[in-house]
Amino acid sequence: MPLDTTIKSVLVIGSGPIVIGQACEFDYSGTQACRVLRAEGIRVILINSNPATIMTDPEFADATYVEPITPEIIEQIIAHEKPDAVLATLGGQTALNAAIGLYERGTLKKYGVRLIGADVEAIHRGENRELFRGIVEKVGGESARSKICHTMEEIMEAVVHLNYPVVVRPSFTMGGLGSGIAFNEAELRQIAGAGLRHSPTSEVLLEESIIGWKEYELEVMRDHKDNVVIVCSIENLDPMGVHTGDSITVAPAMTLTDVEYQKLRDLSMNIIREVGVETGGCNIQFAVNPDNGRIIVIEMNPRVSRSSALASKATGFPIAKIATKLAIGYTLDEIQNDITKVTPASFEPTLDYVVVKVPRFAFEKFADADPRLTTTMKSVGEAMAIGRSFSEALMKSLRSLERKEAIFSWPVVTQTEMLSLLQSMKIPTEYRLQQVQKAMWAGASVEQVYEATKIDRWYLRQIEIINEQALVISQPGELSKELLRTAKAQGFSDSQIAILRGVSEDEVRRARHHLDIRPVYKTVDTCAAEFEAFTPYYYSSYEEETEVRTRTTPAVIILGSGPNRIGQGIEFDYSCVHASFTLREAGYETIMVNCNPETVSTDYDTSNRLYFEPLTLEDVLEVVHAETQAGPVLGVITQLGGQTPLGLAAGLKANGVTILGTSPDAINLAEERGAFGNILAEQGLKAPQFGMASSQLEATTIAHEIGYPVLVRPSFVLGGRGMEIVYDDAALGGFITRATDITPDHPVLVDRFLDNAVEIDVDALFDGHELFLGGVMEHIEEAGIHSGDSACVLPSMTVTDEQRAEIRIATEKIARGVDVRGLINIQFAIADDTLYVLEANPRASRTVPFVSKATGVPLAKAAARISVGSTIAELRAEGLLPTSGDGVAQGVSVKEAVLPWNRFRRTDGRGVDAVLGPEMRSTGEVMGISPTFGESYAKSQIAAFGPLPKSGTVFISLADKDKGTGIEPAMGFSDLGFHILATEGTAIYLRKHGIECTTVRKNSEGTGAMGEKTIVDIINSGEINLVINTPVGRGTRADGWAIRTAAVQRSIPCITTTAGFSAAVDAISFLQSSPLSIKSLQEWLA
Amino acid sequence: MASAYLVLDDGRIFEGFSWAATGKTFGEAVFQTGMTGYQETLTDPSYHKQVVVMTAPHIGNTGVNETDNESAKIWVAGFVVRNPSSVTSNWRAQNDLEAELISQGIVGIQGVDTRAITRHLRDRGAMRVGIFSGLELTREEMVVEVRKTEAMTGSYLVRDVSTPTTVVIPAIGTKKFTIAAIDLGIKGATPRALAERGVEVHVMPFNSSYAEIMAINPDGVFLSNGPGDPSTMTDVIDVVRELLVAEVPLFGICFGHQILGRALGFETYKLQFGHRGINQPVMDKNTGKVEITAHNHGFAVKAPIDAEFATVFGRGEVTHTCLNDGVVEGLQLLDRPAFSVQYHPEAAAGPHDAAYLFDRFVDLMSKKVNA
Repeated sequence: MPLDTTIKSVLVIGSGPIVIGQACEFDYSGTQACRVLRAEGIRVILINSNPATIMTDPEFADATYVEPITPEIIEQIIAHEKPDAVLATLGGQTALNAAIGLYERGTLKKYGVRLIGADVEAIHRGENRELFRGIVEKVGGESARSKICHTMEEIMEAVVHLNYPVVVRPSFTMGGLGSGIAFNEAELRQIAGAGLRHSPTSEVLLEESIIGWKEYELEVMRDHKDNVVIVCSIENLDPMGVHTGDSITVAPAMTLTDVEYQKLRDLSMNIIREVGVETGGCNIQFAVNPDNGRIIVIEMNPRVSRSSALASKATGFPIAKIATKLAIGYTLDEIQNDITKVTPASFEPTLDYVVVKVPRFAFEKFADADPRLTTTMKSVGEAMAIGRSFSEALMKSLRSLERKEAIFSWPVVTQTEMLSLLQSMKIPTEYRLQQVQKAMWAGASVEQVYEATKIDRWYLRQIEIINEQALVISQPGELSKELLRTAKAQGFSDSQIAILRGVSEDEVRRARHHLDIRPVYKTVDTCAAEFEAFTPYYYSSYEEETEVRTRTTPAVIILGSGPNRIGQGIEFDYSCVHASFTLREAGYETIMVNCNPETVSTDYDTSNRLYFEPLTLEDVLEVVHAETQAGPVLGVITQLGGQTPLGLAAGLKANGVTILGTSPDAINLAEERGAFGNILAEQGLKAPQFGMASSQLEATTIAHEIGYPVLVRPSFVLGGRGMEIVYDDAALGGFITRATDITPDHPVLVDRFLDNAVEIDVDALFDGHELFLGGVMEHIEEAGIHSGDSACVLPSMTVTDEQRAEIRIATEKIARGVDVRGLINIQFAIADDTLYVLEANPRASRTVPFVSKATGVPLAKAAARISVGSTIAELRAEGLLPTSGDGVAQGVSVKEAVLPWNRFRRTDGRGVDAVLGPEMRSTGEVMGISPTFGESYAKSQIAAFGPLPKSGTVFISLADKDKGTGIEPAMGFSDLGFHILATEGTAIYLRKHGIECTTVRKNSEGTGAMGEKTIVDIINSGEINLVINTPVGRGTRADGWAIRTAAVQRSIPCITTTAGFSAAVDAISFLQSSPLSIKSLQEWLA
Repeated sequence: MASAYLVLDDGRIFEGFSWAATGKTFGEAVFQTGMTGYQETLTDPSYHKQVVVMTAPHIGNTGVNETDNESAKIWVAGFVVRNPSSVTSNWRAQNDLEAELISQGIVGIQGVDTRAITRHLRDRGAMRVGIFSGLELTREEMVVEVRKTEAMTGSYLVRDVSTPTTVVIPAIGTKKFTIAAIDLGIKGATPRALAERGVEVHVMPFNSSYAEIMAINPDGVFLSNGPGDPSTMTDVIDVVRELLVAEVPLFGICFGHQILGRALGFETYKLQFGHRGINQPVMDKNTGKVEITAHNHGFAVKAPIDAEFATVFGRGEVTHTCLNDGVVEGLQLLDRPAFSVQYHPEAAAGPHDAAYLFDRFVDLMSKKVNA
């Protein structure tokens, strides 16, 4: 049956902010869904609180609601928009949970709205462990022996039968949140206790351990005529015990015979039928005992998942797009395969290459977090690479991570070190594979490593082959053509060969080019070349025949931003995608280079051509060469993908590549503190006093000159990595000792820290003549909190018109001084009525999508056009920019950061400290938009953290430095009718200012003589509705930390700055007086 | 590593490294797109006289074992892979793939751009090929040798692959039916699938006469897969016509399907590059459902797809077509108990979606018995 014509409008539920376990893959899937629906003439209504998504661009839906994804808000939208159907299977667990909420509230029934894709019963059958177990058994499969528990007593009873180690899995959480492996009772109590709290149904599953088994995942699709296909098989290199999201994974499965694979396939098909996923995709995970092949079905996701995005990129089969078409009535055989054009989607892709995905972690951001990898996902991003062999794909994927520790190296490893590596690799951590490689380099055998890790011997042998090749490369003598070819075909980078040969990377490259050894580019075509491919989705390989087609239209190469990490995420992909869209419209061919499988930029539909390649100088230079052979290339855009492409600009230019937009010299001018200081001085602009130190002595001298506190950080970093505020010589000394090994080539910056300053973020465009000010955002948290972690508001609230004018002038001066062509982001601080320039980045910033949503001006598109020569005047005339003036915010928009505290534990099992600082730790953001600050802030808090209390008890604990600014909001809470609890110091201060409160005991004071509970006990007993706790300086002070972690673990809102405290007063005051309003972006921007 | 050459009929030469047995070998170059199942492919008699190019880049990872063989030996004439495995990793493995190939004298080549070869064959069609390793021959000499070999069109190969004497595979559980399976190159999985359904399978030589077949008093006759050009199979086609006249329930797959097609009076023709893989979508025209199926055929039946057709044996119809290219994938007679499919319901390697066809055959025999 073709299109179901009774569906005239569909509400698509997005996945909200980027969090660990739910990242921009759902922007990719949601964007595809919106496109498909609109192409069918269906009215699309979208809800997503994440402004950094492509899907929330007003042109992707008819009505876009950037609102908190709660059943209450969605019900309001349904009442207003009256959609025929709701599509919730493409927005991750968030959307699925929202859909269940709508069903349970009776909203769907009340408004006569159909849930398409999967119905609530099917979702339950797939996600409820007991029901799912029954299904597995019914279709002849086996589940791990297990027991469902709802209380700690049940848990303790169950473990007697299951024995340790035992796996704990909470129900209805995403990314394995709250799950883990317990080896003893203490661990079990801690993990299962958290699991009960995280599960919305207070339900956890305890099961027999299958750690060390082989792990597989199959991506399955079904249409309403019961046609079922397997899109992809994925094998985890890391055996069972490590969450799939944290595992190195390989597609297709490498170590199964057909007989064994078909068993998994049969089970998958029977399960999807029995669960009753009517249409769409799901994935099913299996464990296989490596000694006898016993198969255990682990779980299924009855929706499009992170693995679906990976499978789509790995195969060229766009799961989300097809799932959407199936949801509106089509069958698989009615849908064309985009890539071949002649064959249908009712087939199973076959790969003639190997895909490797590697996770990217951020443990360095959470110094006290337990680095062990478990069944709770901890990675923040991933890189994927494609090669014609596993080793080629693996080596490419490792260099795609942009971490030097991840890239295989071959130093001298002693026998003692080897033995210690064999020991440490038993516990999976971020760099286990590198430990494996080094141990084998030192002579550890496949069997020894297998014993330690249970990584399949086939993979271990591949690592051994790489090491054997490294040994050959390192031998003295000529670097022959044959040797070089073999090394390249195995995935060795020029840089790895250079290190092994003791020469420079440039020399290797020159030698290689001299011998005419260059990669060819093959096509991802879903069918192993059986049919002609029409979609230029390429990957490099060292082989005979290239498939790059010649072209005549001038092309622009856009470099993406690589794997998501804290500080460089979806916001940069957003800008790259915009550039591609607008340049295509302007008549250029666009060529995207990126290695992040989660993104919209790596959708083969986004650009004219896609190169799925690592973003290293070598790999990019080869793409530029190949495309220059294919037709005219205008140049490369490096300013939109964040620090990754920016870091390549100078190297590309040195190799004769044209950089479009702001030149590498200008970039350097802005990033190099000395040169930038000169510009500011020339233009008469103030910066906080600063100095650059390359030694400890220098640093101390500068700090004394400037006066403590000072802000110290290594230069050339994104996301405030390694940035600290230090208050004395000892702390400074400690920082220098640690910082010097972060970026050895660059000095340490020492800045005066402006206490209590208001921080301003500006995004602007400059074309060499004219400035367009996109937006002036005011941070809600004061200076000292990383801008990426600070909530901010647009338009700014406390900045005067005079100050705004001053900011505009300063922005223009800097843009002109640096000689920007495109976007520039500047951070200012206003302290004591003086404007200071904190830093300038001549590139797209993290806030570009937020500003664009709030003002309706597509800044990234304009920047891309400026970099190919358009002027702001021309863009105004064209209508891409407003005809006159700067960007004007419609309503009040608040951006709030989302932090991953609940993902991490210290090795002792307790939570990591939930405190903001100059180092960025947030993974994502949300936006709240409304007519007033209070409401917008309330929306942002609900979207980011869940509901704010309208009444109840608030606990307040203020550091001495914050007591003054904390009085007003404390008074506010008192006026709003909240009962206030405070620890002694704060309580005395509050009472002195006429605020009534109850004194409670600090954690360190212990339970009182009469059994008075400490604040942590009170939080744990659920009597507190909101926690205000501002940290004392830097570092973990035991009391504050215990309070904050207790709040985080119980999901109680926890505010750690007085500015946030004040904003919460506005928000709660709004919530008490009126319901939240809804309004689509299209209405706001009309 | 010693050099080896893959030399195509049209003069294109790919240079790689010697692998498996050294020497030279010739056949028809075909590509196989399955990502699993190399062992089943190697031992499938339908690949007799074919040099198989595997599009999956890593081959041999799981070694070989006795249970996954589809026949008693490896049939491919030569084996072309990108990255052979230097290690075997599977709990069922009993031997390394390369060791197995060497022990059976199969010449291989590795390290070639298998995707480039596949694209070449896709665009130019399946063609004669030779693999040469460890030989002192010029490029010209190699091409000349390749061109001296026989082409697949017109090849009569069934004699090489068929059983010399009848072999009986007992039914599993209660025996319900007895059938004659005409061995044109039968795979082990087919009698297995039938035996599981209570069918005793007499695997009979390809040149069994009508009388010999009827002598076992079969409830049905099965026509197996096999190598070669179906147009050369006149004797078997005559036997099939006699079986049709006698209204013996008949089921053919692959080569057997082509033979049924010819027995009904249809032409067979050679496809540009054939269907060889385990991901081919086939639509059952009667149910509208799609099954993902295993294919291995270079020839196909030319029959009218859109409407019923008339034959000397009564009305018939095309039941299945390939959704990729519209090729006829299934036939059935409406007035007599006979049907066939071009693909492999026995899978091995491949998906089990089409296993229902064996049930259909059993149903056909039940109806006949009950009638």
